[in-house]
Amino acid sequence: MASLFPRRRTKATQTERVRERRHEGFLRYAGFRWAKISGGLCLFIIVSYALVDVTPRHNGGSWYGYTLGTIGAALILWLTALGYRKRKMTSDYWSLKAWTSAHVYLGLSLIVVGTWHTGFQLGWNVHTLAWALMMLVILSGLYGVIVYATLPAALSNNRDEMTQMQMLEAIRAFDRQLHSAAQPLTPADTAPVLAALDEDPFAGGVAARLSGRYPNCATAAALRTLSASNGGDCEAREKVVGLLKQKEAALTRLRRHLRIRALLEIWLYVHVPLTFALIAALSAHIISVFFYW
Amino acid sequence: MSEPVKVAIIGSGPAGLSAASRAAQLGLSHILLEKTDHLSDTIFKYQKGKRVLATPERLDLRSDCRFAEGAREYILGNWDEDAANNKVNVAYHAEVAEVTGAKGAFAIKTAKGDVYTAENIVLAIGTQGNPNRMRCEGADLPHIIYQVDDPEDFKDRHITVVGSGDAGIENALGVAEEALENTVTILNRSKDFARAKAKNVSDMTEAGENGFMSIRTETQPKKVEPGWLTLETPTGEERIECDVIVARLGSVAPRGFVESMGIEFTGPDREAFPKLSPTFETTVPGIYVIGALAGYPLIKHCMNQGYDVVEFLNGNKALTPADEKDLAAIFAGLPQQKSVSEWLEYLRTRIRIFADVSPLQMREFMLDSKVAFYRKGDVVFEKGEPGSSLFAIADGFAEVEVGPSVTVSIEQGSIFGEVGLISGRKRGATIRAGEDSIFVEVSRTAALKLMAAVPGAKRVINRISLERQLLQIFKGGLTVEDLEPIVEDPAIERVPAGKVVLAEGDEGDDVYVIRSGSMVVEKDIGGKPIFLRYLPAGSFFGEMAVLSGEKRNATVKAAVASEVIRLKGEQFKAMLAKRPQVREATEAAVAERAAMNSFIESRKASYSSAVDLYSDTASFIMKEGLGEATDALLIDENLCVGCDNCEKACADSHEGLSRLDREAGKTFAHLHVPTSCRHCEHPHCMADCPPNVIHRGPDGEVFMEPGCIGCGNCMRNCPYGVIRMEAAPPEKPSLLRWLLTGFGPGPGEPSPKWTKKQLGDEKPKKIAVKCDMCKGISGGPACVRACPTGAAIRVSPEEFLSIARLQEDAD
Repeated sequence: MASLFPRRRTKATQTERVRERRHEGFLRYAGFRWAKISGGLCLFIIVSYALVDVTPRHNGGSWYGYTLGTIGAALILWLTALGYRKRKMTSDYWSLKAWTSAHVYLGLSLIVVGTWHTGFQLGWNVHTLAWALMMLVILSGLYGVIVYATLPAALSNNRDEMTQMQMLEAIRAFDRQLHSAAQPLTPADTAPVLAALDEDPFAGGVAARLSGRYPNCATAAALRTLSASNGGDCEAREKVVGLLKQKEAALTRLRRHLRIRALLEIWLYVHVPLTFALIAALSAHIISVFFYW
Repeated sequence: MSEPVKVAIIGSGPAGLSAASRAAQLGLSHILLEKTDHLSDTIFKYQKGKRVLATPERLDLRSDCRFAEGAREYILGNWDEDAANNKVNVAYHAEVAEVTGAKGAFAIKTAKGDVYTAENIVLAIGTQGNPNRMRCEGADLPHIIYQVDDPEDFKDRHITVVGSGDAGIENALGVAEEALENTVTILNRSKDFARAKAKNVSDMTEAGENGFMSIRTETQPKKVEPGWLTLETPTGEERIECDVIVARLGSVAPRGFVESMGIEFTGPDREAFPKLSPTFETTVPGIYVIGALAGYPLIKHCMNQGYDVVEFLNGNKALTPADEKDLAAIFAGLPQQKSVSEWLEYLRTRIRIFADVSPLQMREFMLDSKVAFYRKGDVVFEKGEPGSSLFAIADGFAEVEVGPSVTVSIEQGSIFGEVGLISGRKRGATIRAGEDSIFVEVSRTAALKLMAAVPGAKRVINRISLERQLLQIFKGGLTVEDLEPIVEDPAIERVPAGKVVLAEGDEGDDVYVIRSGSMVVEKDIGGKPIFLRYLPAGSFFGEMAVLSGEKRNATVKAAVASEVIRLKGEQFKAMLAKRPQVREATEAAVAERAAMNSFIESRKASYSSAVDLYSDTASFIMKEGLGEATDALLIDENLCVGCDNCEKACADSHEGLSRLDREAGKTFAHLHVPTSCRHCEHPHCMADCPPNVIHRGPDGEVFMEPGCIGCGNCMRNCPYGVIRMEAAPPEKPSLLRWLLTGFGPGPGEPSPKWTKKQLGDEKPKKIAVKCDMCKGISGGPACVRACPTGAAIRVSPEEFLSIARLQEDAD
């Protein structure tokens, strides 16, 4: 190209390492590097499990079982460290995307590492509790991976360049306009409008937040009442109905936004506490193995 | 008429007060004329408790008045004391209306009708001008203010803003902020808001619709009383509650007043300053100009000048300015021994761009410059390095590496490095010292100031840079003589953003060179304009038509406001005929472009949606102003989960404040351009920074060094709204402590509530905060590193819009 200054970076600077020209998601990171590594690990375990002859049979207490158990415990601790890595802004080079990628794929490999460690001996004891908790953590994580891969586009489409603050602001603006527009209404018509004004856009609880259904929505109720009403100043009422419709649309957008955000976050409220429960059960498991086996 | 004095000082700001104090100390008869009833009105009008900074730190203060960093009250208190102790003779309420007479006997008439006679006049009136006052009954009441420093000073008040220009609307919007709970009314004499920017008018209209303020058109104030305001409305008089009146009725700039005395300016543009001698004397003998009006906005400079000007007036010829030691330090490393003034004269006479510079300006420019001695063969800078400073050759000569083992020399007196200055791009070639040489490096700001203040310097720089730019574009195949006719009378055209320079299908054979800014090339394929490529500054276009003789085969339009040089087709052809190498190089470039065009055209047929998406994405990116970006944050909303870890990482990497707003900004096809610095080629923020602390760093980042005075110019100048005025929050408890005990606000920018609780009544100074691309952090930009899903990347437009991208998308 007839360009005077090819602005390609001539020297490989430190920042070069984080410089990417295209977006590449955490699942595809570095050509599925961690998928390959963890897949290889699982394959190796499955094959070696079949080939290694442990007497009387495979179990957690054999040398093979101990090896898998150690790998599994170390992985669990390392995977937990993501929570710290994510929040600790040290100045050296690291990429949280690479960490997430490794976290996802190595976390999935724990299904094999952990289960094969048990030698498929499960029972009603603290050992199996640790395994069950681990599987629950992995399942919740799997949900997380799925929503991370599918919901962001919907979040983006719904917000349509508006920020959450702007959505709230839009609702407040309609409220203020409703407040003055509702002055000429009859008392019977005013009451539902006032109830709509008092409505807290965040109210409704977890169920409403996650389902996006708000059956007791005061704005929708006011809209129904006023659309059916026929007393008083007709022009004023139509104006209020128009405003209520606009407010309802704005509310719907905000609620959809909150719903998608909640779906993107809710699993962490399972994943993280269960991880701590897992670490506790894992400690009990290890201690009991060494002291009472 | 009062007793004649030796010197009358007009304006009692830092410069005027310092001058008057010196006069008093020297026992000169003097009068200090101040239009208000207090000293230093500009600083007096600062908000209560505002911290005033004492920059530049390296400059010593030379004044009979004290000045050190502190709150407004502390500084004003000191000055009042100093004025009294020095026995300064002040005349308050003395607004100068007219100056007549000549050196030795000036007559200064004030608005009240008093006349002062003085042998000399020192003008220290600053640049604010006089705000137009309200004229109705009660217009002198103290609750009428003429500026709003901090809207947060007003809470739960009835405020009426008079005047509907931008200043009035912005103030009204500021105080109408919901949290302040003010009742705001804005008055406009006419029906519409013709004088204000469309954005301000729409913001105001929206605020009006939302009930944040009431907008009264065709309404004027009639009578002001404490707590009440009577309005004259189209339907009669009305009395409204009103605790504060903000009057923004425009102001009269001081230039007209200064020119009415016969004082000449350096040029017609707004940035021009009065022409001054080394002793601050204007073109009218006996009238001196100091301070902001002379082009020195910093308080310390002003105070030093006040001292100096009176010393000069008193016949002190030996006085060296306060910056003498700084200048001496600049010259200290050079092999020859000369005094500062000898050095200045040496440079002035030997360097072409300094030829028309006055000795006073010379000092100023040298303070922002470096002078260094280079041994033969030393590298001054390397190709591809960032850098925007300008070099001048005081002694010796420089060698430019134009190609492998091809060098061109630049003679003594000339300049180099000017391409970076004009286009903001990285260095185009490596430069070495051809023999033992002395080069002067002038910072970008100083060079721009030089060009604005000295037309001769501007001409020389423009001519040389044009010549070099053309030489480099045509790869050294041309000589200076070939370009003579073009450079002699260059056709430089300014192109506003979005304007078409060449339209597909047009006749014409002119060739254009992009001097600054950037262009996009589009082609109509299947009835839809398809983006072909992005042309940064330093590229040329239009050559295809010259070579082929056909119509224009693509449309070229400006991505951002740009400057192009138009070369006539015949001129270009003559050049090609004369230099076969240039012809070859041009043909090669044409072939490459043609190949790319046909590639895209062929893709269009088979992968039409990929080409459309690429093209639409490119148009979106250009529309968002990224054509002038060098490095921008782009978020893929197919990947962004909205965790805001980028913002948190940014805040935690930079004293607790985030420099980006992820959610805000435009989106197209899930590609989101958040509110964050793009590190423009010609940073708008740099345009007007009084302490000159915004620079471009080695990785191309535009950053601020410490020393911001909090004036907010950069924030207002940034068209992308990426600069915040904010004070750094107090230190947070460590991350581990938060994780384990929940103590502290956690990662990211602490909430204003937490900060407020920590600070109590303390109100720290707000300074400008902007992205520095994590300069000095070895890991690179924190926003990108901390993104868990890979949604955030930082790229330049040409990296992002590469053909490789289209190829990948299509395949």
